[in-house]
Amino acid sequence: MTVITEELKNHVGAELPPFEFEISRGDLKKYAVATGQRLERYLNGDEAPLLYLFAAMMPVVPLDRLLPDGRQPDSGLMPPLPLNRVMAGGSEYQLHRKVNVGDVLVCRQKFVEVFEKTGAEGPLLFLVFENRFETRDGEPVVTERLTRIAR
Amino acid sequence: MMKKRIEAGEKLTGRTWRADTVQLFLYNAAIWNPHRIHYDLPYTQEAEGHPQLLIDGPLQGDWLTQMVYEWLGENGTLTAFSYSNRRAAYVGDVLSTVGEVTAVDGDTVTLDLRITNQRGEATTVGNATVVIESGH
Repeated sequence: MTVITEELKNHVGAELPPFEFEISRGDLKKYAVATGQRLERYLNGDEAPLLYLFAAMMPVVPLDRLLPDGRQPDSGLMPPLPLNRVMAGGSEYQLHRKVNVGDVLVCRQKFVEVFEKTGAEGPLLFLVFENRFETRDGEPVVTERLTRIAR
Repeated sequence: MMKKRIEAGEKLTGRTWRADTVQLFLYNAAIWNPHRIHYDLPYTQEAEGHPQLLIDGPLQGDWLTQMVYEWLGENGTLTAFSYSNRRAAYVGDVLSTVGEVTAVDGDTVTLDLRITNQRGEATTVGNATVVIESGH
């Protein structure tokens, strides 16, 4: 018996409008200190460590829209789910080139796949999202496949 | 690093992390993450049932990339990376990064990466692919 509903299947392929962001030296320097980087190119804010891109994905919303646990509401890309506890499942990145200070990147987010497995405590739903970071000219910079698991 | 031929089985130099509330605060401010489980201990214990504040999963992913970046130096490029958080990590945990070369194919090197806690349990696992620049 599958827990993947028709509504969930129909959500595959959903995309959010792309958004742009600029890689700034001040933000990179703060990130480098906070994460404990030791290489000069990161401490000086010349280049972005790969996982800095996670920060770029965080939505900036007004305080009165934050959820009781503090989090921002889910983006419209998260489909309605038959299981309600959602966990991080990990990320896979393909790096096409380095991210440097001053770069302006375009991020395109898409819900690309859903599948299920049977866990020890019941069904597990795997939701896979693709985050494509590109230049304004469409040159690929980093492609991420992010998995979230619902149980 | 990179002073000799790279072979499968070579160990990367690891690092021990003891993230405290100051580092968690700075990290979550830097990434704009307002989730209470990283700074509000009463909420974390009473509402979410954790014993301590949680160390962010992506922060551990970053620590794995740092091990690779420091091993590579200026001698190559990270071309692929993946990570997955396997169990919760808390303030007070002693987390150690571990890495090993698993395969070498020409200039392409694959790495197995993990973070273990003070009990030897893996909190985060990962893999990386790097391309070594010719001449190194």
